[in-house]
Amino acid sequence: MNVHAGMNDASAKGNEGNLGMQEVTASVLLTNKVGLHARPSVKLTQTAKRFGSRIEVATSAAGPWTDAKSPVKIMRVKASQGEMLHFKASGEDAPAALAALVEIVTRKFDEE
Amino acid sequence: MERRLPGLAASSGLAFGPAVTFRAVGELRRAKGAVASEKQALADAVAASLRAVAALAGSLEGEAADIVGFQVALLEDDALTESAYAAIDRGMAADMAWRQAMAEEIAGYEISDDLYFRARSADLADICDRVLRHLFGLPELTQAPAGAVIVGEDLPPSAFLGIDWSQGGGIVLGAGSPSSHVAMLARGRGVPMVVGIGSEWQAVSGTVIVDGLEGLVLTGPSNESIARAKRQADELGRSRSQAEARRDEPALTRDGTRISVMINVAGLADLADLAAEACDGIGLTRTEFLVEHALRDEVRQFETYAGLLRWAAGRPVTIRTLDAGGDKPISGYTIAGEANPFLGLRGIRLSLRHPGIFRVQLRALARAAALGPLKIMLPMVTMAQELEQARALLDAALAELAAEGVAHSAPALGIMVEVPAAAMAIAGFDAAFFSIGSNDLTQYATAAARDGSEVATYADVLHPGVLAMIAHVARHGAEVGREVSLCGDAGGDPRAIAALLRAGVRAVSVAPGLLAQAKAAIRDVDLSGREPRA
Repeated sequence: MNVHAGMNDASAKGNEGNLGMQEVTASVLLTNKVGLHARPSVKLTQTAKRFGSRIEVATSAAGPWTDAKSPVKIMRVKASQGEMLHFKASGEDAPAALAALVEIVTRKFDEE
Repeated sequence: MERRLPGLAASSGLAFGPAVTFRAVGELRRAKGAVASEKQALADAVAASLRAVAALAGSLEGEAADIVGFQVALLEDDALTESAYAAIDRGMAADMAWRQAMAEEIAGYEISDDLYFRARSADLADICDRVLRHLFGLPELTQAPAGAVIVGEDLPPSAFLGIDWSQGGGIVLGAGSPSSHVAMLARGRGVPMVVGIGSEWQAVSGTVIVDGLEGLVLTGPSNESIARAKRQADELGRSRSQAEARRDEPALTRDGTRISVMINVAGLADLADLAAEACDGIGLTRTEFLVEHALRDEVRQFETYAGLLRWAAGRPVTIRTLDAGGDKPISGYTIAGEANPFLGLRGIRLSLRHPGIFRVQLRALARAAALGPLKIMLPMVTMAQELEQARALLDAALAELAAEGVAHSAPALGIMVEVPAAAMAIAGFDAAFFSIGSNDLTQYATAAARDGSEVATYADVLHPGVLAMIAHVARHGAEVGREVSLCGDAGGDPRAIAALLRAGVRAVSVAPGLLAQAKAAIRDVDLSGREPRA
């Protein structure tokens, strides 16, 4: 399967020095046919909302970053099949949140 | 007390039920209050819409549930209203702020290259309208009780399509015309309708009788009137059921002339209760509603056309290319603010100005033609050159498909005859078939607008001048051996059928609901000794 999923603990860089506020990033290829369309967007935001962390998504590692808990904003991104989704999260449950998000994208939102 | 409100009959039949007022959101404006109260009003309307949609979501399944689920998610999201609240802060009224915010959001979807995103703009339009209805305290038509009589100034076709007519019901309009698009839809579905009752519509409430035969509305009907309406409805039902019993039989005149009777459709839903055996094929497919949200979506268009061909099982399926403009605007495609849109850019005129969008439809049609006898019909053709330009674009699409190795076939390319100048110069058009669009031909030839109730009596297909044009086209078709059909309302109108057949028309295409009635009227006509020259 054509999935690139990886997690990089980015907490080492920067000098905030607060272990609770670590920033975690991950990226995964969007392989489902319709892209981040209505239903996938709703499923992605529902997954993100299960976590307390601040979570953002982008189609480029350089941003612009979009709130992953807002279906309205995610629909504005119009990510299509074949695009790389980049996530970054900060908060206590950030690693778990990104693991869950990467998984739902990899599973093609359980649609195919 | 009983009141009789005379109007114009737009769709026959009798309806009897509770009046439900429809006020179009379009023209309404809200009196602006303080910033805080405008914000509160919008917040309340969004919350009420969310409750309504969430309640709906629980009762649906499948795709409908997904669509509504998406609307719930958007309405729950504060990002949806952010820019509307910002506009209210800048001094805008809640309704205008919301309209503007949603127009921007919808525009964002519509410029997407991705078909799936563009298609979702319809959901946003739904949300926009729903919140506005709550903002203005208007009832949602989708919640109208079964069998209700919808009363309004006018009714947009999209609103008609959103109503569940399976339990009966009727329509009463203050404005409108028997030849408007929504009247056509009403006849197709057999929904009794009276138009043009004037400003009285605003006072219509309670129980209403809609007499679509006489063009009469009765409010506060007496027990006698109710009994009479029920009796008439029964009689009408009987003669209809007699016609219905013979619906699937071929239509022959008394002297044995076989008349081809096809149907007009706007989508697969129109075919739900009809077997293909009941007719001689599809004589007109209106693609405006089919492709409005799939202008660039070849696959979705192809699938719809393929569905029609599968249903027709070998019978011809005539599909009209996008006939936007006139009373069928498509935002971002048709020109807004034309002084007289019926005399403006519409039909083929627009298609030739949007070759990219036209190409998508031609490709989808050529692909579907591989599945059965598909015919392409060009609307509003005025000059022979337009037919040739369209033919060149079709040929290019066929060459592309061949190069790509995609299954396709060359469809027959014909024209609608609805512009008087084209009708009179018909010999100059090298079309595979001619289909007379009697609604527009009549409106243009009599200089009487389809939608103007004041001039409705002028727009008569039986005017000798209109019949002469129809006869001219029929004669030309017979001479050169090209099929001539008629696909306007007149084809299903018992009052007009005899005159049309005498003018030489041998094929008509009517709304599915009028199939039985049209065939019954044809069986009453005797053409012996009155044949136009062969």
